[in-house]
Amino acid sequence: MIRPVIDRDQVLHVARLARLRLDDSELERMASELSGILDHVERISALDLEGTPPTSHVIELENVLRPDEPRPSWPRDDVLAGAPDPASGAFRVPSPQA
Amino acid sequence: MDLLELTVAQAAAAIRSGELDRAEYLDAYRRAAADDPLNAFLTAEGDDPTNASDGGGELAGIPIAVKDIFCTEGIATTAGSRILEGYVPPYTSTAVRRLREAGALVHGKTNMDEFAMGSSNENSAYGAVLNPWDTSRVPGGSSGGSAAAVAGRLAPAAIGTDTGGSIRQPASLCGLVGLKPTYGAISRYGMIAFASSLDQCGPLTRDVTDAALLLRAMEGRDPCDSTSVGLEPGVEAPSREDLSGLSFGVPRELASEAEGIEPGVREVFERTLSRIEELGGEVSETELPHAPHGISAYYVLAPAEASANLARYDGVRFGMRAGDAEDLTAMYESTRAEGFGAEVKRRIMLGTYALSSGYYEAYYGRAQRVRTKIAEDFSRAFERFDFVVAPTSPSVAFELGSRTDDPLAMYMSDYCTVPMSLAGIPAISIPAGLARPDSSNGATGPELPVGFQIAGPAFSEAGLLDAAFALERAIGFEARPGGEGP
Repeated sequence: MIRPVIDRDQVLHVARLARLRLDDSELERMASELSGILDHVERISALDLEGTPPTSHVIELENVLRPDEPRPSWPRDDVLAGAPDPASGAFRVPSPQA
Repeated sequence: MDLLELTVAQAAAAIRSGELDRAEYLDAYRRAAADDPLNAFLTAEGDDPTNASDGGGELAGIPIAVKDIFCTEGIATTAGSRILEGYVPPYTSTAVRRLREAGALVHGKTNMDEFAMGSSNENSAYGAVLNPWDTSRVPGGSSGGSAAAVAGRLAPAAIGTDTGGSIRQPASLCGLVGLKPTYGAISRYGMIAFASSLDQCGPLTRDVTDAALLLRAMEGRDPCDSTSVGLEPGVEAPSREDLSGLSFGVPRELASEAEGIEPGVREVFERTLSRIEELGGEVSETELPHAPHGISAYYVLAPAEASANLARYDGVRFGMRAGDAEDLTAMYESTRAEGFGAEVKRRIMLGTYALSSGYYEAYYGRAQRVRTKIAEDFSRAFERFDFVVAPTSPSVAFELGSRTDDPLAMYMSDYCTVPMSLAGIPAISIPAGLARPDSSNGATGPELPVGFQIAGPAFSEAGLLDAAFALERAIGFEARPGGEGP
């Protein structure tokens, strides 16, 4: 039996942060599956990582810049063509305080 | 001449010399792809050959299957997800644009694990892909549709993406060559992002020469991807005949001491090491002490990046939106609940948790340090050896459904490929032989392909392809799905 690294309430909290609606059965399953994975992942807590810097990028690159020149953007209609609810040249969404 | 058995290099040469009619060649593949008995394609729609650039490009007239993670203007692109059902991108990825500039034609969009998250292609919202060697088994993932298409003679070559093994593992399971180039060799522009610090495009082909041809067409710096640097001085067709003067390190953590490697895979691996020695290469054991922690680090870092990258799928700008939500937050939550599959949700949750307040340093911070340790292990090995070799996949192709209920067991499929991804270095899988599935769990069936993985230092693609080419010739792998070799 894997000890529950993460419980149902924590799963609910994380789901809210991630803007995911999970139903009751998904919540239960997620708590058990995430606990199993996190239990494995926690093996790295035993490693001595003192003085080891975190990787920020795997190849050496520094200040990749380009000239700051204006150029045309995509046509508005092309961009709106893929939107589920375009309106008046913009993306329409439900009101935040409905 | 069996058109579907030609390599890309052979077909391109025959088209150039006039021996092969390009319309006839294209038509043969169009018919094969339209039939698609493997569910390898999500969109069979391909480029109109009359619009193709007709210069003397190296890939002139060659249809190339494209993983459905590459944006293609005017052609639906779903990343295997319901949330992008019906999405038609307004622009084309650089990798695809470059293939077209070399004369190639897009030959449909291939099935994949949703957002490239998976090792079996069973996480596609559009159904599993079947392995042409045994249709009761998976083709591997996440570039499973690309691998099945090339192995099943539905496409002469394909491109895919590899974040933790998603090109190499399906290539291994389908008896193909799969190359994950150095991070930065090929532009990621227009490649739907999973884990941006790891994602890299690469070819899945019938042989090493074809992998070099596709890499040559696609590599290069791109102003649209500031992390792209290309390869200097470019890529030549490989020609090496032996391995004399080259040294190959065998990390015990990924070979002799690795758990869960099937006996048949181990046997093919050992036999291939002997071949290297026969070709004059030096083989000795080495160590990558942190490689066993690769899976732990990867399954923190990749989900963490994914949780940020997938925040854009919110039902506002593209893709689907769940109907009738009462307010904005409810609309986000139900769109994502309906649009994402179980594995994508799991990884978003894992990544969000790892990045959340109070856990960030314990998970993400530590994983980034383990990543540094793994890269340092490789650097140390490359001070002594030209290449590091390992099995590609611990097992041959497994049965459909056999790992879907156990996410961790599925993740372990990437055990031998994830360390190279974390280090950003190039690695290639070539078919090295056939083995029966592990019979300890009662499985029976035909012999299945086993891949052999060679990794080199960053930007060593030229030497890596050369070594793989020499080894490929010595191995002489000629088996074909559904039958004996020629």
